[in-house]
Amino acid sequence: MAKPPKDHAPKPAVAVAPAPAAMAPGAKPARGGWLAKFAPGVRNLVAKPASKAPPENLWIKDPDGGEMIYRPDLEEAWWVTPSGRHMRIRPKLRFEFTFDDGAYKELPTPTVVDDPLKFVDDRAYVERLKSARATTGETDAMALAHGKIGGVPVVVLVQDFAFMGGSLGMAAGEGFIAAAEAAVKRKAPLVIFTAAGGARMQEGALSLMQMARTTLAIQDLKKARLPYIVVLTDPTTGGVTASYAMLGDIHLAEPGAMIGFAGPRVIEETIRETLPPGFQRSEYLLEKGMVDRVVPRKDLPQVLGSILETLMIGRRSVAA
Amino acid sequence: MTAAPRHYLDFERPIAELEAKIDELSKLSEAAGAGGMTGEMDAMRLRAGQLRREAYSNLDAWQKTQVARHPQRPHFVNYLDGLIDEFVELRGDRKFADDQSIVGGLGRFRGNAVVVMGHEKGADTASRVRHNFGMARPEGYRKAVRLMDMAEQFNLPVLTFVDTPGAYPGVGAEERGQSEAIARSTERGLTLGVPSIATVTGEGGSGGAIALAAANRVLILEHSIYSVISPEGCASILWRDGARAKDAAEAMKITAEDLIGLKIVDRIVLEPPGGAHSDPQGAIEAVGDAIEDELRKLSNLSPEQLRSQRADRFYAIGRAGLA
Repeated sequence: MAKPPKDHAPKPAVAVAPAPAAMAPGAKPARGGWLAKFAPGVRNLVAKPASKAPPENLWIKDPDGGEMIYRPDLEEAWWVTPSGRHMRIRPKLRFEFTFDDGAYKELPTPTVVDDPLKFVDDRAYVERLKSARATTGETDAMALAHGKIGGVPVVVLVQDFAFMGGSLGMAAGEGFIAAAEAAVKRKAPLVIFTAAGGARMQEGALSLMQMARTTLAIQDLKKARLPYIVVLTDPTTGGVTASYAMLGDIHLAEPGAMIGFAGPRVIEETIRETLPPGFQRSEYLLEKGMVDRVVPRKDLPQVLGSILETLMIGRRSVAA
Repeated sequence: MTAAPRHYLDFERPIAELEAKIDELSKLSEAAGAGGMTGEMDAMRLRAGQLRREAYSNLDAWQKTQVARHPQRPHFVNYLDGLIDEFVELRGDRKFADDQSIVGGLGRFRGNAVVVMGHEKGADTASRVRHNFGMARPEGYRKAVRLMDMAEQFNLPVLTFVDTPGAYPGVGAEERGQSEAIARSTERGLTLGVPSIATVTGEGGSGGAIALAAANRVLILEHSIYSVISPEGCASILWRDGARAKDAAEAMKITAEDLIGLKIVDRIVLEPPGGAHSDPQGAIEAVGDAIEDELRKLSNLSPEQLRSQRADRFYAIGRAGLA
């Protein structure tokens, strides 16, 4: 697979944007760091420029060990750190990684009424939307494209955690419905990469309704016998998990992703117990029977391609 | 239900004080064995009733939240008693356990054979614990799916009653697939080929509520609330201060009046003056009348018409009529 062009690489500030405290991935224990394997001199060489003002974006701080990682290395590794953390990536990069030869065509997502409730907390919702749009260059949290995976024509929807925590509001809901419609129209499977803290509170019960509306759209895929594959990425929680993220024909997950209904803080406050290690991580869900496979990012295109091809062969034999 | 002493909410303090005075006077007057105070007491009772009507005709979103959670508000078991004859409770999800946060079974509603289910919060310490305060675990939603399957199989309408703070956030619930259970329950509701009517009788809290509210018609009691997250939860996330719940309640537009404007609910059932807890029987009958009326309207639709009516209803939300 071709390395993605530079201009599609995310700004590190976005790629490593920490989640709100409620859904921050659990910190792993401190480790020597992968650089410790090298001679101390190398380590110093690497560490020094970071302590001075480094050239912008050239060094990325490892969220686990705190070591500095050379950005081209990280890009080469598809934003998976040496310790195996799958960093959050934005839709354009996901499309590049997922589609054959990085070739795809973006599809428009429907526009919706901004701020239907005239919601104001510390800041007006319209202001939050405006700044999210300015920072991300996207209009909302769903990006839609079509192309091929493993030679199979497919529609791919990517939820963008960088846009207000990927939250599910009317725009994301309509994006999902549009994706399902596009898939039905093209007789193509739908693959979604989920990432969200949950519902968009600023849209009140209108956001809650998206749980039902997206579920309806999935029924249209079922009626057309089109595969609906969910790839759970870090983090996927709340109303998103409790609707379309758990209704796939097949559930894949990236390693180490936080996946759950209630956030760990809420659970800890409710039961007043410390949570078991690895709780609500991809591997835990695999063990509990909620996902089919945990797949490293670099293996996803091949695994997806294989699954889609098999399912579509079965489908053709029914149609014939 | 009426045997317990009246529970007053904060905004009812003036009414509480007045009614305390009336009680005191009536005791004094009894002790004196004279009817001299009757006129005054009648006037005070009239005034208390007036104060209550005024307060309840003008509740804000946070006050409605308190009314919706009122401990003496009729709960699902009361609706069962009042509206369902020959109720036969059916228990268990056939997979792991029976979750009493959601109670369900078969019965007759005003002559119609129905499947009925609802969140039950419980009314005293023991029953609240047994019903887990109306916060369902995966088994509750899986029981709901099982009962909906049965309704479809035997061509019975489904009546659901929604009254939950939300799905239970716990280790076991997560372990056993809380998200999947909620998603499947919502999905089953949407795909039913029989008429379905959901009534939000108290708190419609988040995903735990919509799992039982993906229906042809969604009714709501006048002072009930229906929201994506509790006002406290919203406040603690957005303001980082749970005490701002009142502001969150206003901002999220959670009242029946707000929701009918957004077409999230189809019909408001008016409560007796002073709220459903002032006259539980009146409230229960009013809910029954509304359900009967809606059920009649759905009775001639084919399974396919019922499914597409439901789909159209949910797809339409947010697509028109928003400023």
